[in-house]
Amino acid sequence: MSDFLARHVRKAMQGIADPMRPRLGGLARLLSLGSTSLLAGCHLALFDPKGDIGMQERHLIVLSLGIMLAVVIPVIVLTLFFFWRYRATNTKATYAPEWAHSTRIEVVVWTIPCVIVAFLAVLIWRSTHSLDPYRPLASDVPSVRVQVVALNWKWLFIYPDYGIATVNELVIPARTPIDFELTADSIMNSFFIPRLGSQVYAMAGMQTQLHLVADQPGTYLGQSSAYSGSGFSDMHFQARAIGDADFRQWIEQAKASPLKLSRDAYRSLAEPSHGYEPTEYAAVDPGLFQTVLNQYMPAPKDGQFCGPALPGLRAQASWATAKPVNE
Amino acid sequence: MLGKLTLDAIPLHEPIIMGTLAVVALLGAALLGAITYFGKWKYLWSEWLTSVDHKRIGVMYIILALVMLLRGFADAIMMRAQQAMAANDAAGYLPPHHYDQIFTAHGVIMIFFVATPLILGLMNVIVPLQIGARDVAFPFLNQLSFWLSAVGAVLVMMSMFVGDFAATGWVAYPPLSELGYSPTVGVDYYIWSLQISGLGTLLTGINLVVTILRMRAPGMDLMKMPVFTWTALITNILIIAVFPVLTATLALLTADRYLGMHFFTNEAGGNAMMYINLIWVWGHPEVYILILPCFGAFSEIIAAFSGKPLFGYTSMVYATSSIGVLSFFVWLHHFFTMGSGANVNAFFGIMTSIISIPTGVKLFNWLFTMFRGRIRYHSATLWTVGFMVSFAIGGMTGVLLAVPGADFVLHNSLFLVAHFHNVIIGGVLFGCLAAISFWFPKVFGFTLDEFWGKVSFWCWQIGFYLAFMPLYVLGFDGMTRRMNHYSNPDWHPWLVVALCGAVVIGAGIVAMFIQFAVSIRHRHAHRDLSGDPWNGRSLEWATSSPAPFYNFAHIPQITSLEQHWEDKVTGRAYSQPDRYEDIHMPRNTGAGFIISMLSLVLCFALVWHIWPLTSASLVAVIVAFLARTYDRDVDYIVPAAEVARIERERYARLWTSVSSLELHPHRAEKAA
Repeated sequence: MSDFLARHVRKAMQGIADPMRPRLGGLARLLSLGSTSLLAGCHLALFDPKGDIGMQERHLIVLSLGIMLAVVIPVIVLTLFFFWRYRATNTKATYAPEWAHSTRIEVVVWTIPCVIVAFLAVLIWRSTHSLDPYRPLASDVPSVRVQVVALNWKWLFIYPDYGIATVNELVIPARTPIDFELTADSIMNSFFIPRLGSQVYAMAGMQTQLHLVADQPGTYLGQSSAYSGSGFSDMHFQARAIGDADFRQWIEQAKASPLKLSRDAYRSLAEPSHGYEPTEYAAVDPGLFQTVLNQYMPAPKDGQFCGPALPGLRAQASWATAKPVNE
Repeated sequence: MLGKLTLDAIPLHEPIIMGTLAVVALLGAALLGAITYFGKWKYLWSEWLTSVDHKRIGVMYIILALVMLLRGFADAIMMRAQQAMAANDAAGYLPPHHYDQIFTAHGVIMIFFVATPLILGLMNVIVPLQIGARDVAFPFLNQLSFWLSAVGAVLVMMSMFVGDFAATGWVAYPPLSELGYSPTVGVDYYIWSLQISGLGTLLTGINLVVTILRMRAPGMDLMKMPVFTWTALITNILIIAVFPVLTATLALLTADRYLGMHFFTNEAGGNAMMYINLIWVWGHPEVYILILPCFGAFSEIIAAFSGKPLFGYTSMVYATSSIGVLSFFVWLHHFFTMGSGANVNAFFGIMTSIISIPTGVKLFNWLFTMFRGRIRYHSATLWTVGFMVSFAIGGMTGVLLAVPGADFVLHNSLFLVAHFHNVIIGGVLFGCLAAISFWFPKVFGFTLDEFWGKVSFWCWQIGFYLAFMPLYVLGFDGMTRRMNHYSNPDWHPWLVVALCGAVVIGAGIVAMFIQFAVSIRHRHAHRDLSGDPWNGRSLEWATSSPAPFYNFAHIPQITSLEQHWEDKVTGRAYSQPDRYEDIHMPRNTGAGFIISMLSLVLCFALVWHIWPLTSASLVAVIVAFLARTYDRDVDYIVPAAEVARIERERYARLWTSVSSLELHPHRAEKAA
């Protein structure tokens, strides 16, 4: 037991000592340590993260809650105490029926929340920058790129550097930063693997970015966290973090997949479906992600887009006759 | 001829809906039968449906809210039951298309047709009484506002039986809410019910701002205005500022759906992010619109029941006003995960946490109002203390969500769901229930039954913690909102506990209705003869209970922030005037009701694309409105003799009442 606690305290210390993170005052450090140890025993996804981003976010949550609880708990206790102490039947308590103002108390009650918020503001400013989903992660290991397309209602993961793709299954090397580029085919979704950390929206016609890392091999639940229609609840997948050698082996295996992801194959994949089985594809069309991203651009007049020239994925005027996807 | 409307629009194959329809039809028939049997149609029409009395309109708002609360709660318990059953990807009993409509309707109903009418109803009843006015500035407009809100509620209810409702979530993000992905009339019902009730809310906002700014009793400068009226003023300014944004946003979505435009579509340069920004530019101030009057109500209650003035009135006014201003600078915290840059996210995160400063000050001020008071344990004070505890927790989780780094993992999770129920139930709903038990006698002339009030309080209190604390835990375990079924078995036990909590809340709602029934039955025993059952402090307690239709026989002269208390202390209260004057009052009219019913036809026709009916009803609405504007018979004079008769009866009641002892200043002096 003591061993268990010590391990978590050590982890928390490492977290706080990390120069990347906002520096914390002594009180805050104590709070963070105390609450981290308290929460250490539970295995809730956000308190048992498996990646560095998730770790930092856990610390941020625990620290912010700790700072606020330092005021909230006394306020709750005082509320209940005053309510009890000054009950009408307690004639022994002081009664000051005219008393309604005290500059001293006013100053205190404005100052306390101001101080707390000042603390939080610094914390928010620093943590928002260090945890910016667009910020690449520092690492000695070269990162792996994954392009994510939210489809109705499944996830397509394209590995552009390997020419392979998967549906409803994300395989990543552990201890390697993953650079996600995200978009959606039509309806907005949010890409979220709770044990790894941050989520980011996937929106049609737009590209967002997310950087995550898994610190240890394992299988983690991934899901959409922005409601997207009737198949939304089935938009979950397993994110498997595996060792380097295993990852290389897995790539070879995927490359050998009999399924190819051409534009035509993508078109039929993009048809709405529920609970799509995990699938691996080889020979992914190299421009597929860009094509999906640019599919809503109007057809070029002179054959040229502003960006890279890409033949449209959708039939030319398909947006004028968007067809319903309801079941 | 009938547009998209066919017989298939009635979901005959859905046993749950058809069962509900049968029950609603039976209850409706019973109600109509009862009205006919007791011969109350004339009374209903002349005293209520055509009334322009702000108190009656306020009461109708609250009745509307309580009826819709039953529907919203039925949705809630169905969702909780579904999630308690659908573990390990089991199907549960609600297919996604039905479940998705239920969570959308639940959100829409609870915000637009429960919380909003409760708040509007309370402000309607109390504000004119607190400022010594005889009615609101525009009584007819007030009636129109109410009936337009009621039409919105009727449309939502209709959608259940004819067609379907939006399955998009309560803020209906595109592109999901666009025609391509929501081709049925569900989103159209959503749009028109919000447009019509939003129009009503906007008109009320204008009405009450003018009332507060122009109709205060002489001597009542802004810093002598009771704190509830202050919160009402800020709330109505917010309404005027943001409801047009909602109207415009929905109008653009309407243009997309009806006219083939592309404001928010994926295609042709549309951008859904614009909708998301706009809807929250309205949406965030909206939650302050709901909570501020509740802060005001708690302030009044805590002061009255502690037997002390509110601590830090000036602070409270500035805190309220600054919340009003700050509420415009926080909308982006609803989508930190959209990929805005770190500077933008940090700015909105910090602005959001700054709002907790004035809110925190308010909590402290209530705390110090209780300090050295003599707190009477009434259900109104129980609600207040229950609120203070749960709001401290809900506020804290709100600030946690305002930290972008934390929101990246908590966004759209059940943690968020738990947070906003924590502040909306623990704040808005507790506030309105406290306010109802506090001000009920002022409207009806008798107090509410305390036993059932306390039963209701404890059920709500326990049920609330049981239902929502597990959701905080589930949010920490990565469970996202709006799931029809889920694969993770760890979530199941918590959802079963949450279902139990919802059942206990249901018991609280039942207890509340029993409370009303018991109180009405024993109304003679609970009669409030003094007009001041709680030894109150502000002006509304100076007049009789129920307040006469003209509120005050003489418009009072204001010299103090706590006018009625001051009058009691100095012995000026309850001195019967020697003579009375004629009183100028607005006349009842059926115009608001008729225009609204025509608007209902208009909205229904628009939902179903029935164009001939659309044109006809639009013309009818305009004609009805024009007819009203040319109606010159809109007011009448109550003769002084009539006022004198009513007031004589009032004073006779007052002096013969056993509690007349309490009216006299020595009680206040003794307390001092």
